[in-house]
Amino acid sequence: MNDERNFEQLEKRLGVSRRDFMKFCTGVAATMGLTTSEAMAMANAVASPKARPPVIWLHGQECTGCTESLLRSEHPTIETLILDLISLDYHETLAAAAGHQVEAAKQASMKANKGKYLLVIEGATPVKDGGIYCKIGGKTMLDHVKEAAEGAAAIVAIGSCASWGGIPSSGINPTEAKGAPAILTDKTVVTIPGCPPNPYNFLSTVLHFVTFGKLPALDHLNRPKFAYGRLIHENCERRPHFDAGRFALEFGDEGHQLGYCLYKLGCKGPETYANCPAIEFGDVGGGAWPVGVGHPCFGCTEQGIGFTKAIHELADVKTHAPPNAFPYVDDRQGTSNSTPGAAALVGGVIGAAVGATAMAARKLGKSEEAGDGDNRG
Amino acid sequence: MSEHKPVEGRILTLPFMFLGVLGVIGLYFLGVRFADGLGAVANINSGYPWGVWVVYDVVIGTALACGGYALAFVIYVFNKGQYHPLIRPAILASLFGYALGGFGAFFDMGRYWQFYNILMPSNWNFNSVMLEVGLCVMAYILVLVIEFAPALLERMGATGALRWLNKVLFLIIALGLLLPTMHQSSLGSLLIIMGAKVHPLWQSLQLQPLLALLTALTMGFSIVIFEASFSAIGFKRRSETPLLASLGKVIIGLLAVYLVVRLAELVLRGKLGLAFAGDLAGNMFLLEMALFIFPLWVLLSPARRNSGRLLLFAAVSLLFAGALYRFNAFLIGYNPGPGYSYFPSVPELMVTVGIVAIEIMAYLVFVKKLPVLHSAEHA
Amino acid sequence: MKRRDFLKATAGGATAALCGIGTAEARENKEPLENAIGILYDATLCVGCKACVRACKEINGLPPSIMGEDVQYDAARDVSGDTYNVIKVYKNGTSEQKDREVDGFSFAKKSCMHCVDPACVSACPVTALDKNPQTGIVQYNPDTCIGCRNCMVACPYNIPQYEYNDPRGQIQKCQFCNQAGVERISQGLLPGCAEVCPTGATLFGTRRELLEEAKRRLAAKPGEAYTYARGRASDGLHTHDKEAPEYRQHVYGERELGGTQVMHIAGVPLQKLGLPELPERSYASIAEGVQHTLYKGMIAPAIALAGLAFVVKRNTSKADQDDPQSKNSRRPEPNNDRGEP
Repeated sequence: MNDERNFEQLEKRLGVSRRDFMKFCTGVAATMGLTTSEAMAMANAVASPKARPPVIWLHGQECTGCTESLLRSEHPTIETLILDLISLDYHETLAAAAGHQVEAAKQASMKANKGKYLLVIEGATPVKDGGIYCKIGGKTMLDHVKEAAEGAAAIVAIGSCASWGGIPSSGINPTEAKGAPAILTDKTVVTIPGCPPNPYNFLSTVLHFVTFGKLPALDHLNRPKFAYGRLIHENCERRPHFDAGRFALEFGDEGHQLGYCLYKLGCKGPETYANCPAIEFGDVGGGAWPVGVGHPCFGCTEQGIGFTKAIHELADVKTHAPPNAFPYVDDRQGTSNSTPGAAALVGGVIGAAVGATAMAARKLGKSEEAGDGDNRG
Repeated sequence: MSEHKPVEGRILTLPFMFLGVLGVIGLYFLGVRFADGLGAVANINSGYPWGVWVVYDVVIGTALACGGYALAFVIYVFNKGQYHPLIRPAILASLFGYALGGFGAFFDMGRYWQFYNILMPSNWNFNSVMLEVGLCVMAYILVLVIEFAPALLERMGATGALRWLNKVLFLIIALGLLLPTMHQSSLGSLLIIMGAKVHPLWQSLQLQPLLALLTALTMGFSIVIFEASFSAIGFKRRSETPLLASLGKVIIGLLAVYLVVRLAELVLRGKLGLAFAGDLAGNMFLLEMALFIFPLWVLLSPARRNSGRLLLFAAVSLLFAGALYRFNAFLIGYNPGPGYSYFPSVPELMVTVGIVAIEIMAYLVFVKKLPVLHSAEHA
Repeated sequence: MKRRDFLKATAGGATAALCGIGTAEARENKEPLENAIGILYDATLCVGCKACVRACKEINGLPPSIMGEDVQYDAARDVSGDTYNVIKVYKNGTSEQKDREVDGFSFAKKSCMHCVDPACVSACPVTALDKNPQTGIVQYNPDTCIGCRNCMVACPYNIPQYEYNDPRGQIQKCQFCNQAGVERISQGLLPGCAEVCPTGATLFGTRRELLEEAKRRLAAKPGEAYTYARGRASDGLHTHDKEAPEYRQHVYGERELGGTQVMHIAGVPLQKLGLPELPERSYASIAEGVQHTLYKGMIAPAIALAGLAFVVKRNTSKADQDDPQSKNSRRPEPNNDRGEP
């Protein structure tokens, strides 16, 4: 079969076993909540070389952490895969060429693949003073972003800086750094916030796009719902400690050693949306994510929280599940309402008293009539 | 040598045995209460710590037992010797009523085995109305026993003791007048500290002791009329209506003062409107008022007053009025806040019914065996 | 005495009593103690984690309140013989926003308020409940308690709880973690609830500093950063910053019935949080005023007894001699029962 040959070629090309490759695809599909058949579709998409879309990868105000995390994935095949899966026509860190040569290659690719390439933006874009605080090849990042966005089939902002400004935008924000969505207001920019985001979230989004030709379901901040649809606090492994009221009160104290909830240490899990409790941090594995290793969640994915709220500041606990875990103000314990039996008994007792009185009164009336003369006057 | 004679007659009549069955049922549930705790029998709860046991057995029970007190007032303070034939049965009924109240308070007590603590002066909290009620009721039960002692002593023929007792009896009688005045008013004062939990129609604050005392007195006189009427029928004795009718005249005064004070308080503090709110409390207030005013209507006319039937109706109406006043203040108009509710359970009610049954049985035995009722030929 | 006289006397007494409203010897509300300790519960800081509920149960050795088969963890619905402290919730409509009255929700705490002028202490006949003269803690001694439950009836907040299902039950209530065998305050520790509270919603301190803090918070501009202490009001180290919410301008417990040592502030009306609307005058002061007017030094009862004894003596002995009014006067034996009831 054609598919079979594709897979054989893929094995050779990537140096991965077919089994490992299928595992990867299924894992990616599972991350996004897709079915096995959709995982198969993805595997086929990757295996058939014709589907490789060209990618233009821009770097603005950033630390390259997102790229690094992607390249240093635990699974040895991923960076190979991402490079094989896509045709990375422009990437400052990974490009073999340099200087005007690489800029020219970029221009050529954008022209040749107009309307077909994928634009990935890493890092924030400064806009103050015409955007002069970040220039590549003599041109401002602002112009680069706008220019590249023109002919892009889809735009993905990777990392918090590109998503909403991240570190460059926090505090006094001297360069007026902005995320890509704030620059490209007329376009859909998928955001994959995080510092750095888990590479799976990026890969899954790209694979989805490659396979199905469209983006996965997005939330109001254009984040893929499969990754950012859930609150960390709602899925945290330490949640039972929160519910039981067991907190680490200081770093290194008994509660901290026992793995209690880190809320009091400033954990931002209750207001941060990310799938870290499920896929952990940076594809490191082994339970390694901030909360897993005893550090409060930093809220890196959330604008207004990561890099903005201090570690010691407490998160607003936004949701409570189960919602009926709290008694209402008027809830009481062991109150009693009348039972029919008791009500009947009360009625009976009152009735008996009234009845006895009535009977006595009748007798009294009779005896008075009978023995009127006897009575003293 | 006395004008008082035992009624004689069979003890084990059919009604007596019926009461006995009720008593046994009550005692059974009382056993459960002591074995498994208050919650196993009673419906009292976090919002309603006092249920029928306190409110009926203690608060209303002792008010119903004010016959001896009320009558003693008329006889010994206002020197109306003609009521003397009524006093001994009234004292006996008071004794049983208060014994019931004391016993009720005891088995309702959550830590009854530490009951003696209230007798230790080192523990006394002089701010507590409850302390006054507790000590005073206990003292009064003792006084009632002494006041009733002549009946026993006569039966035993202990003339020496009788003579000695008669010498100091005036002091005992004085105590028997003072103590109920104190604790019957204090039973009303118990409501003050409950503050806003008591419905405004019944929360008269500083007037609580006066209103409680006045209604206790009207209930005392009414119970004398009630008991005498029932004795007349039950033991086929001569009706004492004329004597009772003149007691009714005393009630008029008490009732008038009570109604004036009660309504004045409501009007002055602007709470009268609540009576017509159409809710449970308002309707209960109106019912209570009707039960107070009906006797006034009966008693104000000499013709109606002298009808044994109407007089009994008036007395019973007053008993219900006084009882309802207390039920309203302590339970129906007592609102600890939203979410709480209380209605007595069947076992809880059966304990009260059983204890009352035993009280009546004991009264019947005493009346039949001891010189309690006034001999018929006195007229 | 004639009937008319009697009526006159009764009416006179009643009139006197009526005039006596307010003029009867009444004591003032008790004043807060100099070093009274307290708790400030700030509902806007509460995140509903129930750490205070758990710590309370653990420190005081209370069993979990298990509600039926479905809920196998501590889920007390209210204070009870097993629960001193419970976090409850007020919800309205869609319950969208915290600390908002309409379509919002708010947490509420229910535990002993440690009144400045406690009704339970006033009502207890055997001094089983008393107020510590230094700390102002309302403490309980089960060894003197007779279980009359007058404290429960008297408490405006329904706090003291009797253990109904124990044949040897006792009253249970918060004693600020300072009862015999626990004594955290005496050891200089925090009460359990304040120690574990992650947000400082349950804050420990002297009543005075807590009242000051509460008023500072109420005065803070909504939205502006405010530094909240945790654990102890005076703790400047374990603080956290948060935007000040829109507080209701009411410190519950500042004045209610003479004030309480546990005070509440919130973003919704405090009546919605199970705290009843109460006047400033304590009912304990009214009740004690009435009681002391009548019984101070037992002087009035003693005079009454003497008067009654005199009247009874006169009436009984007069009857013994010969009283033409009396029906019984014709009885021959003088030693008889004129005085005998």
